[in-house]
Amino acid sequence: MSGRDILLDVQRLQVYFPIKSGVMRKVVGHVHAVEEVSFTVVRREVFALVGESGCGKSTTGSAILRLIEPTGGRVIFDGKDLSALSDEQLRLKRRDMQFIFQNPYASLNPRMNVWKLLSEPLKVHFHLSEAELREQVEAMLKRIGMTPDQLTRYPHQFSGGQKQRISIARALITHPSFVVADEPVSALDVSIQAQILNLMMELQQEMQLSLVFISHDLNVVRHISNRVGVMYLGSLMETGDTEDVYRHPAHPYTQALLSAVPSHDPAHKSRHIVLEGDVPNPADPPSGCPFHTRCARCSEQCRQSKPELREIAPGHMAACHCV
Amino acid sequence: MENLLEIRNLKISTLRGRQKVLLLDEVDLNIPKKCSFGIVGESGCGKSITANAVMNMLPYPLEVSHGSIRFDSRSGEVDILKLDKKALRAIRGQEISMIFQEPMTSLDPIFTVEMQMYEALSFHHPGMSRPQMRERALEMLHRVNIPRPEQTLTSYPHQLSGGQLQRIMIAIALINDPKLLLADEPTTALDVTIQAQILRLMNDLKEQNDTSIVMITHDLGVIAETCEEVAVFYAGQIVEQANVMELFHHTAHPYTLGLLQAVTSLGSETRMLYTIPGIVPPGGQWSEGCRFSDRCSRCTDRCRQAMPALSEISPGHWCRCWLNSEEVAQ
Repeated sequence: MSGRDILLDVQRLQVYFPIKSGVMRKVVGHVHAVEEVSFTVVRREVFALVGESGCGKSTTGSAILRLIEPTGGRVIFDGKDLSALSDEQLRLKRRDMQFIFQNPYASLNPRMNVWKLLSEPLKVHFHLSEAELREQVEAMLKRIGMTPDQLTRYPHQFSGGQKQRISIARALITHPSFVVADEPVSALDVSIQAQILNLMMELQQEMQLSLVFISHDLNVVRHISNRVGVMYLGSLMETGDTEDVYRHPAHPYTQALLSAVPSHDPAHKSRHIVLEGDVPNPADPPSGCPFHTRCARCSEQCRQSKPELREIAPGHMAACHCV
Repeated sequence: MENLLEIRNLKISTLRGRQKVLLLDEVDLNIPKKCSFGIVGESGCGKSITANAVMNMLPYPLEVSHGSIRFDSRSGEVDILKLDKKALRAIRGQEISMIFQEPMTSLDPIFTVEMQMYEALSFHHPGMSRPQMRERALEMLHRVNIPRPEQTLTSYPHQLSGGQLQRIMIAIALINDPKLLLADEPTTALDVTIQAQILRLMNDLKEQNDTSIVMITHDLGVIAETCEEVAVFYAGQIVEQANVMELFHHTAHPYTLGLLQAVTSLGSETRMLYTIPGIVPPGGQWSEGCRFSDRCSRCTDRCRQAMPALSEISPGHWCRCWLNSEEVAQ
């Protein structure tokens, strides 16, 4: 991968949340939310993190941008170690890296109109005259398919799809080179979802963005991403080119996850590998491979030692003793 | 009665200020016995209020302003909308039961699973003793594949996961062997691997119990996996209804086609997704003509002027569209 232009290098990222109990709020344990996750994102690439709820994909996204302080590991962004930056240096860096949140109903301040919502990031990061501000905000508004007369409206006057357009505009108005999008379409209806995905893909191309796209929707991930990382219980189980992983899933968890997606053809119902039981408690993770409690191919070795991610084909890595 | 449930001309309206606004407009549905029937559509199309009307539990200010819901109950044919409270209570939970979208919020957090299961039993069988109820509850938990049923009985809802809670909801809904199960987005709040478990479970239970299932969902994949007959709702109306194979392979209505393309183009090579422009018009803002006309790429003057009727375009396949059915299917 040496010839490729790496923008983001996540090295053994770890996030533990303390569990406090009793009147003295004594720390009695830790939720192992993210467990030594490593991956890289190349410039102008869409890297997707996929997994079920509680697998740590959103925490990983927030920890990359230090919205949550990581417990361990390093995040190298554009050659700089983000964990070593002071608060002020980090604030300046944020111009270049932005976040799109899941729920547009909750992530836009209800007391700010569209003009305030979109001009605020510019005011924070650049010194612009009123005319320049207006020019940039209106250009962005036009780009997301809205009109300048909507500038004075408030979030509650828009539909879910329009609100998500505004959140996207707010994130992209400072022209970042890197964006983390955390489930940007999962709160939307099917027909609106397609509109927003198209908009995101167009903008990603135009603005040459690198994108970490977090989603539990396997169809959406296949469509939008170049490479994908599959997470389970805080650990990365498999990474690789999206088509590679979808066509030839190597890890037993990826295989089960992909087979569980309902097919859209009643004549060819998908043959599910139905996993028994539930995801283990991340406060008390199982020994060895995190997936061994539900895996059909589990062996003695899986119970004892945790497999590392290793390359099984060029650019395709899996963390499993059996492959 | 030939069918288990027959809905005729159902209209549901709500109050906006002092104005009555129609939310569901002349819906006709026949649910046969031993059938899994799918209702699909986006939010605000009237899917859930139809199910709530079948249970006769529309929240104020929603009310049924017209129509009938005839149900083939054990004591003969009844119109659910005309029953008094006592007769309704005998039907709810015993002959028709319902499972909801969010298992996390539909169980009572301050009672154990045991109490909530016994309540459903003792309400309809006052003579049942506690050991009998326990036996029945354990049997149901076994049937829905709950690991360690004895331990689960004494748990509170917060101690269980979403998948387990949805199994318990299904166990409670089926504990009195109902003839009809209304499932309102039963897997939307769950992950795909858990969704696969729950859908398989519901299919198995339907086979074993001769229960009819009405599956309400916005996910066409769930419909393709579980249903035999499907009705597509749009803006308070049925726009297309057919057998599941017919609907997916000979889609007639442009809205159904749009929904299908929006999801199936996800797996395809094309980079841009198929989209339906605009949003579902809310109640009270429906156009005079075809309600899909504003968003339809094949809209004509005729579509804007008059509403098409739901007509049978081939045996068992109904569609509400002015366009020639064969032309649309291409």
